[in-house]
Parts: sequence; structure tokens; C-alpha cells
Amino acid sequence: MRLIYFARVREAIGFDAENRELPSELQTVGDCVAWLAAQADNYASAFADPSRLRYALDQQLVWEETLLEGADELAIFPPVTGG
Amino acid sequence: MKLVRISGEAIDGAAELAPLAALGGGAVASFTGIARNDDDVVAIELEHYPAMTEAILIALMDEAFARWSLLGGVLIHRVGYIAVSEPIVLVGTTASHRAEALEACAFLIDRLKTDAPFWKKEHRADGSAQWVEPKASDGDRSNKWR
Repeated sequence: MRLIYFARVREAIGFDAENRELPSELQTVGDCVAWLAAQADNYASAFADPSRLRYALDQQLVWEETLLEGADELAIFPPVTGG
Repeated sequence: MKLVRISGEAIDGAAELAPLAALGGGAVASFTGIARNDDDVVAIELEHYPAMTEAILIALMDEAFARWSLLGGVLIHRVGYIAVSEPIVLVGTTASHRAEALEACAFLIDRLKTDAPFWKKEHRADGSAQWVEPKASDGDRSNKWR
């Protein structure tokens, strides 16, 4: 899956995108984030407060509970602050 | 006329709103969001999610046209570095009467604030930089339109 990160999350992780094979038991966006957080300290730090994370799956805003269901791209980012 | 643009170039409000006035409605409403000179901020850096941002802005414009009888609308957002007192965003709407133009304009900026994937970072005179936190009141204003 293509994983992309923006703003504070991108800076905490240290890069803006990567491709990763996800374990097949990961079902939801939240599963994926928890799994990433367990892989290395930079992810753990970036994802420490889930209340400050937002997600887009194949460019649609989704929630922690949303099923990954073969999506190609997951974006993880802080609450938006445009305008 | 619908126009949505994400741009690294400065926004010329008068030039962008002129085509709305030419559409023949009796009312043009607009909102300009400016990079604010808070606490030694010298510039705002705007990051976005290119694959998603334009689609969200187009969807908001389509929703505005579905809810109000608009003759035209523009929605222009800058990205990159923006010096204080320069425009970050311009929303313009035109309709036959002011109520529709004003409401649609407010809808577009309120929903853009909570739905569009942009992130602001404030750069200060001492070289420090800090990501901007969303305000709870932005969520309240946006939810009013749902």
C-alpha cells in the first residue's frame, strides 16, 4: 500500500511517502496505524495521539474504523487548517 | 461559471472577481482570508494533498450550486510560502440577490476550513516555525451547514 504523510505527521516520521506490504490481518485504518506505530519510534511518536490524526483512503476522508478493503493509498495527517 | 484553483501565485482579488460581476447578477459576495501578522509571524507556509485538494474544492463548489441559485463562483487557494498581509484564500459568489450570494460564500469558506486538506505553518522572525492548530469554532461553523 502507498502510505503518505502530511504536515506534523510527515515531520515526525521523517519522510513524506513510502510503499509497504501490510500484514493481511490488518483490517481497518486504525489497525494499520497501530501496526505502523509498533514498527519504529518515529511512527509511535507521530501517531501518539489518535485524536489528532485524520485519514484519507484513496483520497476520501475516512475514519479509524474504515475497512482498508484493498485500497491503494492511505494518507495520515493532522486536522486540516487551511483557509 | 465555476472556477476552482490551487496556486503558488499571488491572488489578485479584483481581477478574479471581475468575471463574476460580468455575469449579470445583482449581487457579488466575496471573502478574502489574509495571512495574519500574529506574534512576529513573517510568513505562512501552506502544505496540501494535491491528489485530493482540488476534488474536495470542486465538490464544495458543486454543493454550493446545488443549494443556492448561483450564477457563478470562484474558489482560489494559495499554497507554498505566503508573506503576512497577502491573501491565502479567495471565495467569490454571484447571484441575483444578496442573500444567496452571501450564504453560499459563507458556506464555501466554512466548509473549506474543515474539509479541504491544507495545513498552515507559521514562520516567525526568529527563524522558528510552528504548525497551526485548528480552532473548535471552525468545526462549529462548518457543522452549521450540514
